[in-house]
Amino acid sequence: MTKYTKRLDNRGMEETRPIEAKAGVIKKADGSAYFRIGKTTAFAAVYGPRELNPRHMQNPKTGILRCNYNMMPFSGTERIRPGPSRRSKEISMVTEKALQPVVNLEDYPNAVVDVFIELIETDAGSRCAGICAASIALADAGITMKDMVAAVSAGIIDHQSVVDLDGEEEHIDEMDVADIPIAMVPSTEEITLLQMDGKATREELLKSIDKVKPVLKNIAEIQRKALKEKYRSE
Amino acid sequence: MTEENLLVKDKEVVVPGEVLATGMSYLPGSGTYRLNENVIANRLGLLVIDGKVLKTLPLAGRYLPKKYDVVIGKVIDILMSGWRLEINSPYSAVLPLKDATFSYIAKGADLTKYFELDDNILAKITNVTSQNLVDVTCKGPGLQKLKGGRILFVNTHKVPRIIGKKGSMVSMIKKATDCRVVVGQNGVAWISGTPESELIAVNAIKMIEEKSHISGLTDKIKEFLEKATGKTVEIEIPADSGPDNEFAIEEEHHEHEEHRDERSYERHGERRYEHREYRSRGPPREYRRYERKE
Repeated sequence: MTKYTKRLDNRGMEETRPIEAKAGVIKKADGSAYFRIGKTTAFAAVYGPRELNPRHMQNPKTGILRCNYNMMPFSGTERIRPGPSRRSKEISMVTEKALQPVVNLEDYPNAVVDVFIELIETDAGSRCAGICAASIALADAGITMKDMVAAVSAGIIDHQSVVDLDGEEEHIDEMDVADIPIAMVPSTEEITLLQMDGKATREELLKSIDKVKPVLKNIAEIQRKALKEKYRSE
Repeated sequence: MTEENLLVKDKEVVVPGEVLATGMSYLPGSGTYRLNENVIANRLGLLVIDGKVLKTLPLAGRYLPKKYDVVIGKVIDILMSGWRLEINSPYSAVLPLKDATFSYIAKGADLTKYFELDDNILAKITNVTSQNLVDVTCKGPGLQKLKGGRILFVNTHKVPRIIGKKGSMVSMIKKATDCRVVVGQNGVAWISGTPESELIAVNAIKMIEEKSHISGLTDKIKEFLEKATGKTVEIEIPADSGPDNEFAIEEEHHEHEEHRDERSYERHGERRYEHREYRSRGPPREYRRYERKE
């Protein structure tokens, strides 16, 4: 039986940290958003579609999506060296692949849509927060997309599946912890990002994916509300 | 059989992925698509219910060139056989020699005599290909080089509001400030007058952009203009616009678009590019009479 019966911050097992989302926070950008989950805060800015240079990167069949994930030096307890790292390059790539299936890039041949994700505060689940923010920003930029992409991390702590690990839970040493960031397209339940760090059985993994689905749909609602709020207050 | 239901009201803001209607009796138009039994929005916009067709009018996004749009472009390059214009869009436009002026330009002539780099030009889009290659022309009423003045970038989706019904808003600004004002569909506005009056016109346009959703906007702008210029301003809706009023042309095209939607829906899908052409703002003024006879 599991030893992990109560979460460190007294949350429910399938409860996320408090979420706050806002669209249109960066005036200069074509689209932008802010997404905060607990102590993780992501800003995303979208520029484009715009002309793609160098020319040889252009694709006449479709536009391309370029994502850039970056953690601010002061975002965590330890200073992050500025500039691209192995980690941030990887996350940029998976973010791109998580968003690509929903964006109708065929509408913009030869062009590029640039997404910049900046994390000013990180406490686990930063790539998921980044994807959530980027998806709001893309919609805010008026880019045609089939649906939003919602992302959150699932977790398995000592065989107990939980949702949205925070930094403290991620670093539990006494028990087995698996951190599973998942991104999903809510309307089709298509999973566009699935990574895992830690140990889990096949059954545990499948179970936690099932558990996280309703949570992701909920997050998608929060994202949509953020977009509508922008036009309501105006 | 699932229930046939409309889930969203007309003129409401919808977001990507939002289910607009269930059941097969509603049809997806532009900005929406069908997934199984549902009609879903695929961009941020205002929902427009046109009979059985659901479509969205975009609220944000870059300008995408459309046939017959009148745009303001800036010369960024001079080619062998024309000029390349930047039109505030992901795609640049080409102004070919033969469409540049009514007079004949000999081969090998110095093209800078007609349009120099950085010149602003009011031009009409003649063609947009599937790859979004854009051709423009300068032959037409009011289409020309814009000398002097200043350029203002505005949200392309708010251009219809800035122009107003039959050009009422922009002609009010013109009358009040004594400026020459041209607003291109691509969200570029050109204003020329005395420095003080240009500033008033710029502020008025910015105000329209910010408060475009408010009802009674015309009165608010009128008030603003009266205060700024110290003149009394009259709101007048031109009954029939003169031939030199490029703004009125824009507005009439909008009406055209409305009429065409049901027809254009039938072509949805199988002939995508023709369909796109159809959705454009209708034929130019000079061809219209011809079309009616048909």
